[in-house]
Amino acid sequence: MTTETDASRGAESKLGLFSRRVFISILSIVLSLVIGGAIIALSGGDPIDGYLGLWRGAFGKEKAVVETIVKTTPFIFAGLAVAVGFRGGLFNIGVEGQLFVGSICALIAGYAVELPPGIHAAFALLMGALGGAVWAAIPGYLKARTGAHEVITTIMTNYIALRVINWSISQNGPLRLPGSALPETRRVLDSARLPSLTDTTPPLHIGVVIVIVAVFFVYWLLWRTPLGFEIRTVGLNPSAARYAGIKVERTIVLTMVISGALAGLGGAVQVLGLLGYFTTGFNVGLGFDSIAVAMLGSNHPFGVAAGALLFGVMDAGMKTMQLRTQVPRDIVVIIQGLILLFVAAPLLIQPLFRLRQVGEGEQVSISATWGGEG
Amino acid sequence: MDEPVLRVRGITKRFPGVLANDHIDLELRRGEVLAMLGENGAGKSTLMNIIYGLYTQDEGEIYINGRQVEIRNPEDAIRCGIGMVHQHFMLVPVLTVAENLMLGMEHVRGYFFLDKERTIREIEALSKQYGLEVDPRATVEDLPVGAQQRAEIIKVLYRGAEILILDEPTAVLTPQEADDLFMVVRSLTEQGKSIIFITHKLREVMEIADRIVVLRGGKLVGTTTPAETSRAELANMMVGREVLLQVEKEPAAPGEMVLAVRDLRVLDDREHPAVNGVTLEVRAGEVLGVAGVQGNGQRELVEALTGLRKVTGGQVQLLGHDTTHAAPRQVIEIGTAHVPEDRHKHGLVLAYPVEDDLVLCTYYLPPFTRSFNLQPYAIETNAVNLVDAFDIRTPTVATPASSLSGGNQQKVIVAREFSRNVKLLIAAQPTRGIDVGSIEFIHKNIIAQRDAGVAVLLVSAELDEIMALSDRIAVIYKGEIIDTVPAETATREQLGLLMAGVHEAEAGD
Ligand SMILES: Nc1ncnc2c1ncn2[C@@H]1O[C@H](COP(=O)(O)OP(=O)(O)OP(=O)(O)O)[C@@H](O)[C@H]1O
Ligand SMILES: [Mg+2]
Repeated sequence: MTTETDASRGAESKLGLFSRRVFISILSIVLSLVIGGAIIALSGGDPIDGYLGLWRGAFGKEKAVVETIVKTTPFIFAGLAVAVGFRGGLFNIGVEGQLFVGSICALIAGYAVELPPGIHAAFALLMGALGGAVWAAIPGYLKARTGAHEVITTIMTNYIALRVINWSISQNGPLRLPGSALPETRRVLDSARLPSLTDTTPPLHIGVVIVIVAVFFVYWLLWRTPLGFEIRTVGLNPSAARYAGIKVERTIVLTMVISGALAGLGGAVQVLGLLGYFTTGFNVGLGFDSIAVAMLGSNHPFGVAAGALLFGVMDAGMKTMQLRTQVPRDIVVIIQGLILLFVAAPLLIQPLFRLRQVGEGEQVSISATWGGEG
Repeated sequence: MDEPVLRVRGITKRFPGVLANDHIDLELRRGEVLAMLGENGAGKSTLMNIIYGLYTQDEGEIYINGRQVEIRNPEDAIRCGIGMVHQHFMLVPVLTVAENLMLGMEHVRGYFFLDKERTIREIEALSKQYGLEVDPRATVEDLPVGAQQRAEIIKVLYRGAEILILDEPTAVLTPQEADDLFMVVRSLTEQGKSIIFITHKLREVMEIADRIVVLRGGKLVGTTTPAETSRAELANMMVGREVLLQVEKEPAAPGEMVLAVRDLRVLDDREHPAVNGVTLEVRAGEVLGVAGVQGNGQRELVEALTGLRKVTGGQVQLLGHDTTHAAPRQVIEIGTAHVPEDRHKHGLVLAYPVEDDLVLCTYYLPPFTRSFNLQPYAIETNAVNLVDAFDIRTPTVATPASSLSGGNQQKVIVAREFSRNVKLLIAAQPTRGIDVGSIEFIHKNIIAQRDAGVAVLLVSAELDEIMALSDRIAVIYKGEIIDTVPAETATREQLGLLMAGVHEAEAGD
């Protein structure tokens, strides 16, 4: 379909485009906070008070700051995973499942083998990344081979992962902690736990360092390597990629593998850095929230880190907010939902602020392959 | 005195790094065809987009029938009786013509059910009134380009346009289709419509225009009429220097066999046979032109040769390699450059900065990649050199290709493909949408490559181009090469007959 017109050209320069995206994200956040505040007020609370409580919960004490950082970490991993997919033209909804699979693989590697400390943790992390990668490779391969849309197939792989894991930690499930009344798994060996930088609860584990490395790694990969060039080209224009000699199918699978590895690594860090085991409810929804994180960050690793921090702050702060100000924590979920709505549909806020039309150059791949080609 | 139907005064538009329109004054009279000429990037499309409400001018006013109007979006423009047919069509391919027309007509609201039959009747009436032949029930993607364009025009008329803006309407048409379009244009103006017609083809300007305006560097540099001017003078006005409208070249000295195609068979997207046993050869140092009416298998032929489309029968030999089933990268690496027919589909990643589009096929090779790292400096240097050599008008090499003018986008592709060291150059419509000055440059370049021993396969719908550049001309009809003739002796008439599928022997009977 050739519907490209002179009109859809991006009118903005690179910098203009950049600041415009940041602007949209910030507007979305502000608007969501305002609407959230209105809802608090309508339900009889004091919005200023509520947000202050949220702030204090996230930054009030050293412990709170650690908690915020630790809560931000998985959002970054998962957000990066989604962002890499988007850059490659793939809507990887399967991050949730890949994260679970990564958790479980790291868990098994953490208790089933014995290795020296440090090496064991590294090995378990690697298995987590590998698990996520393999789990993501399946929909990638299906898309490359048969054209099956990744949104559908990753939703299915999510279900499969979730159900199998729930079964495996159910009564008499193979991973169930023997003798426990709760649906929880065995513990990983101490040698596989991530070392901590502080002795707080939660601990400031070195997963935090790993995630920072991951942010820079993804940046380097996407914009400084030929593979990244291929991923972005396939994401923006698969026909041109083929014309340029890029193996589109291979690139699709690789994109999913990298995306899944990041998600799996995130899951592994959670298990090895925090609880040391896996239980139902652990990290549920993280993979979906990270779609908002990635969009908020314009699918750029630095943006993702910033977006993840926002989500981490809200997650860390909402307990204190509810405790201190009686503003229910659900308000945070509402705000997060609103943010997703606004960043995903900038047209909603454009008329409000008379922003210029979205240019061709910036419709980054969210729907690039929605039509099924690829 | 009759007011001009459309008058613009002092229109100015700046983009980051470019003054696209610089205080332009222009008027369009009732019932006339105003042809607009200008180099690539002169600001023609920008001006039209302003009039049609897609861009907002920084300065200047627009008057309709003497009354000042403010046009903030296309809806405003339509209300003012302005309609635009874009260079790239805006129809939804999977819908029928009638459905497409109903799409934009939100004011049909109020009816609970859409009245399709009524629309169809109205289309048929319009189509009769202006000689615009189109089947309202046909699905758009099944229509040939010329018919799609007629559907676009009907859509514009259906919305009540009195002023029609046609942005390079003939760029995608065959000569026959262009002639049909001219008939339509005449019948439109006879019935009082006024038309702004953008084109790079001087021949057309002389034929269809009542008045001619020329833009250069965002300024209006001249107004004239076909009677007062000549093609050479117009070219001069556009580019600001003498332009050779004819390419000078020595006879070819063909060398070794580069491309040998035997009995090639290829299917089109809908799995119908498109190439039916094509056999052709291109030797080093010669240009083989493939002439034919668009849609006779040229696209499928080129895609098959470059590895983009599956070959179902026959054989392709490229410099001694069997590339019948080769992947695109293999074909490229053996030494092929390819200017694709569809620049937005294959040729460019529009969102990429120009510098990245200029290394689209070579990003992974030194000097652009060294030890797994892209080399931004090498990529930028390459771009700066090519932008200079090929006269690509862009504010910077980091500007996204999407914000270049149509012709400059094409030049990015040509620059990329022509600058590579290759043995075979496959060029499909290489000068589509390009201004006369740059066409001259590209034509010279093709001949220079030929003289340097490159084998050139030129596919073009422009007979002039084919005849000017080719050493031999193969005419393709319904997926077969019905004849190959030496270029010196070929005549337009002879080629025209062949393209229509009439073989000389039969014609003589
Ligand atoms: N959306 C945009 N953003 C930035 N620059 C633009 C944009 N649209 C046009 N330009 C610039 O404005 C100038 C005029 O472009 P325009 O498309 O009007 O040229 P044109 O005369 O139609 O050329 P062509 O014959 O190649 O179609 C060019 O330098 C182009 O790069
Ligand atoms: Mg133009």
